[in-house]
Amino acid sequence: MRNLATLLFLGGLVFLLAAITGTLPFGHPPMLVGQAIQQAAKPEVGAANVVTAVVLGYRGLDTLGELAILFAAATAGGLVLGGVQAKGRNNALPAAGFVLRAGTDVLFPLLLIAGLYVVIHGHLTPGGGFQGGVILAAAFFLPLLARPSESLSHIWLSVIEGLAGTAFIALGLGALYNGDAFLTPLFDKGMFGELVSSGSLPLLYLAVGLKVGAELSSLLMRLAHDDGAAS
Amino acid sequence: MMGVAIIVVALTLGAALAVLLLENLLAAIAAASAVSLGVAVMFVLLQAPDVAMTEAVVGAGLSGLILALALRRLGLARLDVPTSGENTDA
Repeated sequence: MRNLATLLFLGGLVFLLAAITGTLPFGHPPMLVGQAIQQAAKPEVGAANVVTAVVLGYRGLDTLGELAILFAAATAGGLVLGGVQAKGRNNALPAAGFVLRAGTDVLFPLLLIAGLYVVIHGHLTPGGGFQGGVILAAAFFLPLLARPSESLSHIWLSVIEGLAGTAFIALGLGALYNGDAFLTPLFDKGMFGELVSSGSLPLLYLAVGLKVGAELSSLLMRLAHDDGAAS
Repeated sequence: MMGVAIIVVALTLGAALAVLLLENLLAAIAAASAVSLGVAVMFVLLQAPDVAMTEAVVGAGLSGLILALALRRLGLARLDVPTSGENTDA
């Protein structure tokens, strides 16, 4: 009976979706916004990476919402993980083996450079603040795996995160001062394809990258150091 | 191009099946990361490098890491190497 109900429900869902898709012409996108943006992005925003032009230039408010969601998730994770001290487990984990320690020493600077590159070149090449931020978080998590006794300071991570978030919103408010809409790119667009170009987009992505990196490394640290010292 | 895509899809589906079938939870997490990696390669083949990067970094890297750490926190992370016996108390 229950299986029958599930089957009926699924069939109905498929029928409804098929009915909707049946009305659309096959092979032609129903919305033409994408083409319009591709035409307009280069002169309007000046970012070589059209995705960044959309994410920060046209849809900056959505990115702010995304940051807020990530912030809420990381805060909730920290609340759940930071409050409870696991009992009955050995506090100080031993240092990892030689391979992991040596590998960390080699990989840490490379990951740091890769993450910063991805963040800073977000307006030119694929990538950006979110991806680079996660790479940065991974870079700072590696030493934690290799040497669990040493750890980053939660306070500093929180300070970086807060400052980065504030910088993002301040850049958005700066546009209001100029009489534009919230989060309109500031400054001169510069040479197309140069590192310093497309106005405030690199700064916005730097803020996003630092915020995401600090948030995620804080979360990972809390997860890894479940019974470690209180923040 | 088409052949590569078919191979990648087959590998992804195989890894997805492995997630369900593997007994070892850590191995299942590794397989889940492999699924994300396959999807990321598909994104590259479909010319969406931005999405591919996010998928590779978040799906294959971060979520696997978080799942593995959660396993350790729950005391379920058992490798078959009997070096530390304290972690099995949960």
